[in-house]
Amino acid sequence: MLLALQEVSKSYPTGEGVLQVLRGVSMALDAGESLALTGESGSGKSTLLHLAGGLDRPDSGAIRFEEKDIARLGDKELAAFRRVSVGLVFQQFNLIPSLDVRANLAFQARLGDRYDAAWTGRLTERLGLASLLDRYPEQLSGGQQQRVAIGRALAGRPRLILADEPTGNLDEATGDAVLDLMLALMRETGAALLMVTHSTRLASRLGRRLHLAAGKLS
Amino acid sequence: MLAQGFAVLLSHWWRHKLQFAMLLSGLALATALWSAVQAINEEARASYARAAAVVGQDRLEQLVRADGARFPQSGYIALRKAGWLVSPVIEGEKRFGAERLRILGVDPVTLPSEAAQVNVGAAGIGLQRFITPPGVFIVSPETAKRLEGMDTPPLRISDALPPGTALTDIGIAQTLLDAPGQVSRLLIVPRQPPHARPLAAVAPDLVRRAPAVESDLSRLTGSFHLNLTAFGFLAFAVGLFIVHSAIGLAFEQRLPAIRTLRAVGLPLNALIALMVAELLVLSTAAGLAGVALGYGVASLLLPDVAASLRGLYGAEVPGALSIRPSVWGLGLAIAVAGTLASAASRLWRIASMPLLAPARPRAWSLASESALRLQAVGGLLLLVVAWLAAQLGTGLVAGFAALGAMLLGAALILPLTLSLLLDLGGRLSRGVVAQWFWADTRQQLPGLSLALMALLLALSANAGVGTMVQSFRETFVGWLDQRLAPELYVTTRSLEESQKVRDWLSRRSDAVLPIWNAELRTSGQPVQVYGVADHATYRDHWPMLESVPDAWNRVAKGEGVLANEQLMRRQKLKLGDVIPLEGSASLPLVGVFSDYGNPKGQVILGVDALVKLFPDASRLRYAVRIAPDRAPQLAGDLRAAFGLAPENVVNQAAVKAFSLKVFERTFAVTAALNVLTLGVAGLAIFASLLTLSGMRLAQLAPVWATGLTLRKLALLEILRSAALASFTMLAAVPVGLGLAWMLLAVINVEAFGWLLPMHLFPLDWLRLFILAVASAVLAALLPALWLTHRSPADLVKVFANER
Repeated sequence: MLLALQEVSKSYPTGEGVLQVLRGVSMALDAGESLALTGESGSGKSTLLHLAGGLDRPDSGAIRFEEKDIARLGDKELAAFRRVSVGLVFQQFNLIPSLDVRANLAFQARLGDRYDAAWTGRLTERLGLASLLDRYPEQLSGGQQQRVAIGRALAGRPRLILADEPTGNLDEATGDAVLDLMLALMRETGAALLMVTHSTRLASRLGRRLHLAAGKLS
Repeated sequence: MLAQGFAVLLSHWWRHKLQFAMLLSGLALATALWSAVQAINEEARASYARAAAVVGQDRLEQLVRADGARFPQSGYIALRKAGWLVSPVIEGEKRFGAERLRILGVDPVTLPSEAAQVNVGAAGIGLQRFITPPGVFIVSPETAKRLEGMDTPPLRISDALPPGTALTDIGIAQTLLDAPGQVSRLLIVPRQPPHARPLAAVAPDLVRRAPAVESDLSRLTGSFHLNLTAFGFLAFAVGLFIVHSAIGLAFEQRLPAIRTLRAVGLPLNALIALMVAELLVLSTAAGLAGVALGYGVASLLLPDVAASLRGLYGAEVPGALSIRPSVWGLGLAIAVAGTLASAASRLWRIASMPLLAPARPRAWSLASESALRLQAVGGLLLLVVAWLAAQLGTGLVAGFAALGAMLLGAALILPLTLSLLLDLGGRLSRGVVAQWFWADTRQQLPGLSLALMALLLALSANAGVGTMVQSFRETFVGWLDQRLAPELYVTTRSLEESQKVRDWLSRRSDAVLPIWNAELRTSGQPVQVYGVADHATYRDHWPMLESVPDAWNRVAKGEGVLANEQLMRRQKLKLGDVIPLEGSASLPLVGVFSDYGNPKGQVILGVDALVKLFPDASRLRYAVRIAPDRAPQLAGDLRAAFGLAPENVVNQAAVKAFSLKVFERTFAVTAALNVLTLGVAGLAIFASLLTLSGMRLAQLAPVWATGLTLRKLALLEILRSAALASFTMLAAVPVGLGLAWMLLAVINVEAFGWLLPMHLFPLDWLRLFILAVASAVLAALLPALWLTHRSPADLVKVFANER
């Protein structure tokens, strides 16, 4: 088992009181597996993804990554976990605006000391970014930016890729192309994928699908 | 509609309270420093005006000798007999202990009403008491306090007199000034009888002088006040950087709201009018607070300024401030004008922005390299203007224009310089975090550049003025050592005592050197004339700048004179030029000596020549040469033998200490303004970092998500601020040296008439470097602390589309 969430709950304080986002969620993901997480807006999909990626901690429950409970890790260990074990792809791409494409692609891998020039070169070719390496994020289209984000997530060969609506900001054709590429590369690297999406069409292309409603899985 | 539009605009400040506070405090601080300087200058000017108005000099025509010297009272009597309605005045300086007092002797019977500051009868003094010994001194409250316990005639207090001046009967004054039967000038009553004989027939050596439009004091101190004004303006300019930055940011953040307001039907003109109204309200409020704060700063600085003016120019300025409408008016006007000028480009952008322009809150910070290059070209052009103004311009205004152009030019070049340096840092670094650090710092430049430009101005001013002051100090101390070679300085109280003291001393010391002096006016300006003995003390120690080979021999023989540097520059003299002296006498210039701290021109001639040409010269002071270890004993014996007060017999060390104290106090104000300007620049960085910190989250969150801790990111934020401050300081050193050179070689020469050598003080720069980095670190500390306390929930919001 690569990732296992056990009875995970999470709430946020709001102006009107406490908002309970996740209510005792349990789920598991094997290495190399791809899983789509669907649900209505506000159902807690992104929160679950953030908890799985070590971006936030649950109120209760355990999040085990290769048997280690990351919910109990300190800030430093959690940062190391993100550096080495996770690749993140977001709807807004969230590239580092001050770095060019080449530096953005290599950033996380170098940060985690897992940079492999040959692999990054191949990745660049596969992603069709070879001619864009000297450009800055603001000089790229949405589809190009998302390909850079995927490249950054995969450059360090992490065991787990977490993607939050990775095609949400792209038109259908570009979105499909980006997803095809991501799935192909996943297979190539053996990474597991947990992807949040609204789209049942896209969800159907992944190995498994879970639906989240009012903070509970169904 | 307008009210709703205004409410939308104001709601921004409600949601960005800190930004609001920074805008107001930046503007208030800028106005405060400017107003403080204005309040001080106005107070001083009012005091000079009071001094000028004493006995109606500013309103009444006068009869004086062409050379300004005193003349016999018989001339006055002759004029009265000839039908002239004139009133005699004698004026001179006299020491009472350590206090130097300007004594004005008037004839209360003939004094025109326009000249009567104090009605002697109404003041309850009584004419009889005023004119009969010991007489009465009418003085200001401050002067009365300083003269307490001194051997003066009885004191009467009047607010109408300026500090440092005593009004008394002419007969009493003539005795005190050791000028029996002498008058300085005659005041002309405005309505003269028609039958009076022509002046040329009665008193051919007297000329009519128009009322003094500008007093000697205001002319002498003009450069000092211009200096202060320049500093005040620099501080204001630095403060305006905060205002410009805060307004720019607020306008950018409000672009979406502005677009929406226009989309729902608010006309563009109305929108611009609302924004101008908002700026007027804000700037008026901040301006009022600033002027009030300025008065507080001024009241703290005024004692030092007053001491400087007294020490440098003998100008008396009271220690308390008056509330003046002109200071309030000017303070408010400059606050409003500065705010509108800072906002002009933003308002123009909004006025010319298409309705459907996309809202790009960070677009302003992504200024392109080409814009930076354009700005740098503008900066270079300004540097050329500065160089041309320094080389070709004349006068103090040209000097300050050169300084201003140089500082602004350097500030405009700074962002591109920093960008290139940061680029180099990125190229040289190997680690991924280091590379991101340099690239990210470079990306922050547009948002921080205004604050960094303000910091550059403040640091350059500090380095430049510091170098100037220290160079001056080093030169001044060396000069004092040369000039104050004699071991003792003695001031006697009368001519009779003077002769006795001289005889007494000549039997007990190695040499008694007269320091006798007179005053003459050339080109309408007072010139001190000193007579010196032929002695090795002068030949070996006097700080000559240039001289003919046998200068001292020619001075001793009465065949030549020496002039101080300021007189030489003011009158464009060269060695060999003939200096007109008393009457038709004149002597060639055989040497020029440095005379720092003296605002007046000075001429030195042999003591015999002085006595011959100026029979009325004051002959009360002596310098005494004796083995240094015997000096204290001799001083004690002299005081005991003649009952002289301690301040009448001072040793060399005391004179040096006093001179240095005057020097230090003179630059205390400059130092205070320097520190305040640096403080404002520190605040500018703090304001910029604080306002940027909200926007930084979106840039930092991806880096955090990919594996850096918030603690490390916060440390890098502090390091970034320190690095930018360090680079700015590196840029400030050459600018500061340029500034120091201009102050020493251009401004000082124009303002004071002396050229000083420039010395370098790397330790001072190191101290400034530490101060700059410390203030930058302090400015970054709060935003960095906030970052470390951000919850993951805040950070993931950057990525989240929903929860």
